[in-house]
Amino acid sequence: MREQILTFLEKNSKIDLQELAIMLGSSEVVIANEIAKMEEEKVICGYHTLIDWEKTSSEKITALIEVRVTPQRGQGFDSIAERIYNYPEVQSLYLISGAYDLLVILQGKTLREVSSFVSDKLSTLDSVLSTATHFILKKYKDYGTILGKQAKDERMLVTP
Amino acid sequence: MRNPLSDKVVTIKPSGIRKFFDIASEMKDVISLGVGEPDFDTPWHVRDEGIYSLEKGRTFYTSNSGLKELREEISHYLRRRYQLQYDPLHEILVTVGGSEGIDLALRAMLNPGDEVLIPEPCYVSYLPCVVLADGVPVTIELKEKNEFRLTKEELLEKITDKTKMLVLPFPNNPTGAVLRREDLEAIAEVVIEKDLFVLSDEIYSELTYGEDHVSIASLPGMWERTLTINGFSKSYAMTGWRLGYICGPQKIVEQMTKIHQFAIMCAPTTAQYAAVEALRNGDGDVAMMREAYNQRRRFLMHEFKRMGLKCFEPFGAFYVFPSIKEFGLSSDEFAMRLLEEEHVAVVPGTAFGECGEGFLRISYAYSIEALKTALARIERFIERLRAQG
Repeated sequence: MREQILTFLEKNSKIDLQELAIMLGSSEVVIANEIAKMEEEKVICGYHTLIDWEKTSSEKITALIEVRVTPQRGQGFDSIAERIYNYPEVQSLYLISGAYDLLVILQGKTLREVSSFVSDKLSTLDSVLSTATHFILKKYKDYGTILGKQAKDERMLVTP
Repeated sequence: MRNPLSDKVVTIKPSGIRKFFDIASEMKDVISLGVGEPDFDTPWHVRDEGIYSLEKGRTFYTSNSGLKELREEISHYLRRRYQLQYDPLHEILVTVGGSEGIDLALRAMLNPGDEVLIPEPCYVSYLPCVVLADGVPVTIELKEKNEFRLTKEELLEKITDKTKMLVLPFPNNPTGAVLRREDLEAIAEVVIEKDLFVLSDEIYSELTYGEDHVSIASLPGMWERTLTINGFSKSYAMTGWRLGYICGPQKIVEQMTKIHQFAIMCAPTTAQYAAVEALRNGDGDVAMMREAYNQRRRFLMHEFKRMGLKCFEPFGAFYVFPSIKEFGLSSDEFAMRLLEEEHVAVVPGTAFGECGEGFLRISYAYSIEALKTALARIERFIERLRAQG
């Protein structure tokens, strides 16, 4: 049941609970309780909105920064990760397997803002060995949603 | 000039849904709940495999019976899902959709005057195909009170010395009815006793929302009397690929293969390669779509109940079959007025046999949003009818 609820909420957090209950063959109370529990347990960490910023007038630039670091004794990567994720401009931070250690997803207003973050804040951290910055040119699909494309029902209207 | 036409063909009536299609096509903001195919696209990995086969230049004919690897996958699938044993070499024929299988089976098995029992309401092809194969269609009127299941008594009542075959279309289009194991056992008993054959059209077998589908050929004594039709259209959302299959005893499959060989040659090669991928790696897609249909089914049933529209709860396919008898309109009138006044297209029950009078087929192969909009219009319509008394 939890998994089913989450599948729906992940796609549409604004879904009407009564409707959800009908579709899952359950009751509104049960669903609401389950959601409340998952919020409490931090299974559900928040309700966000997927925005195609390109369609707005606001300027935004997203960068992916690969960071190689020296893990610290007794702390592993956690302490350096904390130092990085506390910056509000950091959207996401992942520990990655492979050629580098941390992937920082950064959102800034201008190219300069991003580059100064990398040179002034990120590279100057003691345990950071190197960084490589990639700028996102276009978002085609985000969080499982294809951006900017409207699906059209092209089936014939009536078929046996 | 001489009459250019075959008398037999001329007697066949065109499908009753044509006029709805014509009118609906002219309207701008029609919401249709009249479609008999999935709203999902074919899963991407399956489409990708079709594209890949084209890239590789696999644009040749396959053997008449279909790609060997596809027949092997079909054989595995039927064993794994429905405990059916079919030898991929001699007992499986890949066809152009499930529909070709219907035609082949009837043409390969009927002699002039043989009677074929067809439970109605049902899909539109069986009756004309029986006529084209020189058989005599004998319809069995299924009842709402039995949830449109075929009972032993109804079957026995229509059997004569000339009866050769029974068409068994479950899960059913248009009613959404399913037959459970005990229903099938009762039918099988009669079939064996009366020495009949069964043409079991199981194209919706993956879409059941209670118990799993049971294939009648898996019951004792039935394998040798049954042709099982299935395909990819509904379960894998592959209608446009035109791919199905028919399985049965070698003796019959051999004869069907001859007709298929001379009339069709082979099913589309691209579709066959895609279907191999669907059977190998498509279980998750089927489960996902089944769950989505089930959610919509629950939603529709709930809404009909709220509106006070009488409807038995169907457990298969993607149709509901509500009764509109309270309004005193024929199915045709109701559907036509609903289309004209509220721009919602549904199919009148009579398109699937006379006993569909008083019912509508409503498909839930639509997004919840589309269903909601359509239901709001239907509700407005029936409230107006009720107010008019």
